[in-house]
Amino acid sequence: MKYFGLKVHEAHKLIKDREISSEQLTKSIMDRIEDVEGIVHGYVTVTKEYALKKAREMDKKIAEGEEPGPLSGIPCAIKDNICTKDILTTCSSKILKNFKPPYSATVYQKLEEQGCIMIGKTNMDEFAMGSSTENSGFFTTRNPWDPARVPGGSSGGSSAVVAADEALFALGSDTGGSIRQPASFCGVVGFKPTYGRVSRYGLIAFASSLDQIGPITKDVRDCALILNAICGHDPMDSTSVPADVPDFTRFVDKDIKGIKLGVPKEYYTMQIDDSVKKETGEAVTNLANMGAEKVELEMPYTAYALPAYYLINPAEASSNLARYDGIRYGFTYEDAENLLEAYKKTRSSGFGPEVKRRIMLGTYALSSGYYEDYYLKAQKVRSLIARDFDQAFKNCDVIVTPTAPTVSFRTGEKIDDPLMMYLNDIFTVPVSMAGLPAVSIPCGFVNGLPVGLQIIGKPFDEGTIIKVASAFERMLALDKVKPLFGSYVRGGA
Amino acid sequence: MEITKGNVEHVAELARLEITEHEKDIFTEQLSNILDYVEMLNELDTKEVSPTSHVVPLVNVFREDEIKEVLKKDEALKNAPEKEDGYFKVPRVIE
Repeated sequence: MKYFGLKVHEAHKLIKDREISSEQLTKSIMDRIEDVEGIVHGYVTVTKEYALKKAREMDKKIAEGEEPGPLSGIPCAIKDNICTKDILTTCSSKILKNFKPPYSATVYQKLEEQGCIMIGKTNMDEFAMGSSTENSGFFTTRNPWDPARVPGGSSGGSSAVVAADEALFALGSDTGGSIRQPASFCGVVGFKPTYGRVSRYGLIAFASSLDQIGPITKDVRDCALILNAICGHDPMDSTSVPADVPDFTRFVDKDIKGIKLGVPKEYYTMQIDDSVKKETGEAVTNLANMGAEKVELEMPYTAYALPAYYLINPAEASSNLARYDGIRYGFTYEDAENLLEAYKKTRSSGFGPEVKRRIMLGTYALSSGYYEDYYLKAQKVRSLIARDFDQAFKNCDVIVTPTAPTVSFRTGEKIDDPLMMYLNDIFTVPVSMAGLPAVSIPCGFVNGLPVGLQIIGKPFDEGTIIKVASAFERMLALDKVKPLFGSYVRGGA
Repeated sequence: MEITKGNVEHVAELARLEITEHEKDIFTEQLSNILDYVEMLNELDTKEVSPTSHVVPLVNVFREDEIKEVLKKDEALKNAPEKEDGYFKVPRVIE
């Protein structure tokens, strides 16, 4: 039997009932990787031996009578910007191509403690800068729904391997949409928790006031399970918040009667494909038919989020990436005559074009004489965007929007025009700027390509998002539709 | 905002990046386009608005000053391209 298509909660039941072992499940995933990874290219590293060893250890514990927890023996993939002790962690950058971290990220430790089996590290846009995974310093990941198209980004590898059943779930990271947009493009569930909800300790820093780790899963129940495992305060991350973490699975399969859905008109009138607008509009109508109440909103600052983001993000990135000097770890240029030359040659040959572009833009925005006009201005606009959401949430419980303005585009289509690429994030960035939680769930198809619906919640109210997402998923049953690498069928493969 | 090739050269120097003539031309054009786009922020009056540097309402996060386990020297040096006698080795700094 093929187990790779299982969801986390399904696999857990089989492991718990001693019907399958973690080793069988892990082997099934490895076979699947062998079969389809040649098309998908989602993994930078596959940790086969490590995974099989861990799986056998888990099986032994279970055989000895240990009661398996919800994630015991479950194979998962980790984005390659999350540190895994002694296992290659590259950020898909040449500058970190040989980096084996001396410590593990808190999220990875938590997953290991709960018995997860890591099967590999996933490809991404270099340092998480991009929306298509084409900026990877190694290779481009392909979309399982149509390999001529991008999986989105920057967590494109994580989203593609979950969509292609090469992992039961994955962790991604989201700075301006990097979990939600690829989840939308790949037809999976991608959740960005509230800023501060999940520890960033061991997440390689990109734009620190925005970065957040979250799960990419095959359905909403799995999403809740992974949130249970990774959320919570961590003394190692001073921005992590000591807030209570509920059992998120309690919000699955609940009634949504009376829930107020905010629908901001700006999200449906900005640059958006008509077909995507139609699909997401129908999604809102469907939710309303399930007893939720639709509330029309105005959020006048929405359009200003993206330009403000593309100052704040590069500014923080240029500062964070100053550490790559070729001295303490990573790639180094060996023939430099002096230190200054070593810095310049190392950084120039180690970083790819988008990373250089953001470092340049950020350095400019922070440089003397421009700081007030650019960086400070952007931070003030950030306050206005947060205010928009505060106002909106006085009248509704969640806000429902498209995740991205288009479905997946063709590889190469936008790579030469950075601004066109940035516009992918137009609906996800405002949420990041306000630090709010949001999920992208599949809501339909346009020409066989998945469309994502974004559900945004109040700070630390991930539960209500799960409730609405779960009700919606149950109605559409799109989690049963699987990609067939070019053609697709309804009803599951 | 028009960016000149001179601006690009200056910023590259600040960021410790060595860029080719070709890259200079591309970055000059692309950075100008991006800065033109962000110009729309000036449509907003933000005189009375205070900046947001962080969205989380946390102020000072303190912990007890206790001795704890830290990374061992050989672990910290493990990834160093060049090391000697327990130190990171760098190219000549003073000419």
